Amino acid sequence: MDDLFSARAQMGLSLAFHILFGIAGMAMPLMMAIAETVWLRTGNQIYLELAKRWSKGTAILFAVGAVSGTALSFELGLLWPGFMKYAGPVIGTPFSLEGFAFFFEAIFLGIYLYGWNKISPKMHCLAGYLVAFFGLASGTIVIAVNAWMNTPAGFTTVAGTNEIATIDVWGAVFNPAFPTQAMHSGLGAYCAVAFAVLGIHCFGLLREKNNAFHLAAAKIAFGMALVATPLQMLSGDISARHVGEYQPAKLAAMEGLYKTQKGAPLALGGIPIDDEERMIGAIHIPKALSFLQTGDADAEIKGLDAFPEEDRPNTFWVHLAFQLMVACGSAMMGLVSLGAFLWWRGKRFPTQRWFLKAALLVHPLGLVAVEAGWCVTELGRQPWVIYNIMRTEDAVTPMPGLWVPCLFFTALYVFLGITVLILLNNHVFHSPSVVAVERSK
Amino acid sequence: MIGVDLFWWIMGTGLIIYVMTGGADYGGGVWDLLARGKEQARERRMIEAAIGPIWEVNHIWVIFIIVTMFSVFPKAFAAICIALHIPISLVVVGMILRGACFTFRGYGLQPGATAKRWGMIFAWASLITPIFLGMTLAATSSGEIRLVDGEVTSGYFSGWLSPFAVCTGVLTLVIFSLTAAVYLLHEVEPDMVQRFRDRAFKAQIVVLVLLAIVYGLAHRDAPIFAEQLDNSALIWPLRFFIVLAVGAVFWSLKNKHDDLARMAVVAQVAGVVLGWGLAMDRYLVIPDLTIDNAGAHQETLEAMAPVFIAGAVLLVPALFMLFRVFKSKSKEA
Ligand code: HDD
Ligand code: HEM
Ligand code: HEM
Repeated sequence: MDDLFSARAQMGLSLAFHILFGIAGMAMPLMMAIAETVWLRTGNQIYLELAKRWSKGTAILFAVGAVSGTALSFELGLLWPGFMKYAGPVIGTPFSLEGFAFFFEAIFLGIYLYGWNKISPKMHCLAGYLVAFFGLASGTIVIAVNAWMNTPAGFTTVAGTNEIATIDVWGAVFNPAFPTQAMHSGLGAYCAVAFAVLGIHCFGLLREKNNAFHLAAAKIAFGMALVATPLQMLSGDISARHVGEYQPAKLAAMEGLYKTQKGAPLALGGIPIDDEERMIGAIHIPKALSFLQTGDADAEIKGLDAFPEEDRPNTFWVHLAFQLMVACGSAMMGLVSLGAFLWWRGKRFPTQRWFLKAALLVHPLGLVAVEAGWCVTELGRQPWVIYNIMRTEDAVTPMPGLWVPCLFFTALYVFLGITVLILLNNHVFHSPSVVAVERSK
Repeated sequence: MIGVDLFWWIMGTGLIIYVMTGGADYGGGVWDLLARGKEQARERRMIEAAIGPIWEVNHIWVIFIIVTMFSVFPKAFAAICIALHIPISLVVVGMILRGACFTFRGYGLQPGATAKRWGMIFAWASLITPIFLGMTLAATSSGEIRLVDGEVTSGYFSGWLSPFAVCTGVLTLVIFSLTAAVYLLHEVEPDMVQRFRDRAFKAQIVVLVLLAIVYGLAHRDAPIFAEQLDNSALIWPLRFFIVLAVGAVFWSLKNKHDDLARMAVVAQVAGVVLGWGLAMDRYLVIPDLTIDNAGAHQETLEAMAPVFIAGAVLLVPALFMLFRVFKSKSKEA
């Protein structure tokens, strides 16, 4: 394995691993706090039990998120010193803001997890909302950095070189892609986690139809999915248009559009063949891409031929990942629409077995969409680490033998991932049956 | 004036706080590893209860330092990450295993034997990580990491394998263990307190011996560092301060003044880190990188200073609240 490839693989894997815990750290506290609020309002013990159980599982997710995030902060330097040397001063401020957000998140998490009997229930619930708030804040601020890599801004360069002359820190934070990307990845976190939780508790309901604990959990998760998913579709559309404007090579790769053309079609599915510069097996909707991008069905869209060969991303993976994200999103949208309809018609949370099974089927797709979406963003930016400024190959460390840490970290993350799954399984299926909850009242 | 010096002090303060708080969490793991006898399960539970609510917060100081470093001194960060890739990677692995396995043990809902295995990994990782951390810091002082035109030319094994570096690593470990033992005096059940006093006493002796050894070795393996230490204007007050603090630790442990012991240990740790900072004397990597040539941009400094001030103003009361909820003496352990 060559060193650049190993570094990319290790970085991608570490990020792909961390993001799962990151999104859980954003969405789970909100669900816990909502459950606790319901308990405070209604006195229904089941919701208190739910908040407690979720918080135990979340403790595990948080710890693994914290350590994998720490690893990332180091890996930025260990693997990409060229990038950090260049970008550090420009993007350091959002990172330090994020650092403060972590502090507050961890403080309130400590209070939430260990303070059940030490502070009043209201304050405890407030601590939960604060964890959720600072989770969202840290998840949003780190996106500013990634958005900056996609649409670098907030600095001037010495004429004729890329050397940084002056820095406008806040201009870098509020770079063009920040609002759209923050919205899309923030909503994506709630969507993905809500579906994952929904599926788990629908599985519980399939096993024990009247388990009040699983029912309460499924309702909260469904509520979150119902709010977040339609918004996520809208924000995806905005993101795609933004990419078209600011990162045209990425858009061309997402769509497998090889030739610059007026009235460009939208490609559904299909496999791009780079060597022959064509797609096989795709369904093309005439003029749809031009229309979606600009509102004008005949507008010209840049294809990959507008970029020199060495500046093109890997069309195959970017297109596939994009299709996968959109497909997952559509399935998720289908499920929430269906569930909302059944709930509205039946006046109660739908517990028909076929619906529960459908939810079970769809539940991992949010996580899949998140991973796929990140592949679009990161692979679609290649060969640049900072778009049009610095190439990935110029950012990598001179350290030889990078396959060693790469394999080692892969093994470590596989091991941690499997362990977390086993432990979460313990938590979910220790859920009290209805009887137990009734008795404990 | 907002300048690089301010951030040198900010990083130093962060490091001191990390050693005092996060360091003790590693020390807790060391005592977990050394727990023996019939009572070991109970002892481990007490250590766990003490670390549980706060370790994630304490850990963030390390992120704080890293982030400040790469924002303000990017050239030094890049050089350190290249030259010390190996020990830093080992630190990272240790941090991952320590934090993850600690939580797996506490929250895993697994049978005792399995939980115990997580505990073993947690404890061993707590032992190894501080050693590599100390080796990494010592390497920046060694004078062996060299740069030419901003590129590291001294390879990947310079500075961190010398006896000086290894002893600094061990010193770091024992200091962490000492602070943990002293903090635990306030956390464990009454019948265990004397045991931890004895441990703290022994750890303090070892710290003293290692300080002397490291000081001696520095003259051989890190000459510039040692010279700057000896020539620093503050070296005598500092020596005096550290000796006083060490004496106070011994005295208060003997006479069961646990509050004083805690203060004295905190003072001692702060003094040692401060001494290291004095000896570094504005160097980030001796001899080629100082805070003046490590790539700081004035605009960054001016944007970050208000962020740090605002953050600190909010952070202090929040931290205070956290420690009050969990660390007030009146609470049931
Ligand atoms: C629940 C997850 C989820 C769902 C259902 C969707 N996405 Fe997404 N998408 C993400 C989760 C995500 C993400 C993982 O959060 C990404 C990665 C980077 C980012 O900012 O968000 C992303 C990136 C991303 C990008 C790249 C942005 C960039 O590189 O700057 C585009 C163009 C879209 N998405 C478009 C869509 C469209 C048109 C969708 C509608 C069907 C869609 N996404 C559904
Ligand atoms: C958490 C979600 C993320 C995932 C799943 C992800 C995924 C990836 C992947 C797959 C790569 C390798 C790309 C390649 O080289 O072909 C990569 C590279 C990289 N990512 Fe991300 N990324 C995420 C977020 C971020 C964020 C928020 C940042 C900014 C701090 C970031 C910084 C980087 C850097 C510096 C590289 C290496 C250079 C490069 O390959 O362009 N990533 N990421
Ligand atoms: C892009 C998507 C990302 C999101 C949404 C995200 C979100 C989060 C969240 C919510 C946490 C809190 C702890 C947890 O949930 O486990 C966390 C922890 C952390 N993240 Fe990320 N993160 C992302 C990427 C990154 C990147 C690229 C880095 C590093 C460069 C990073 C560094 C960290 C660190 C250091 C922590 C630990 C904080 C602690 O000790 O509590 N994250 N992340």
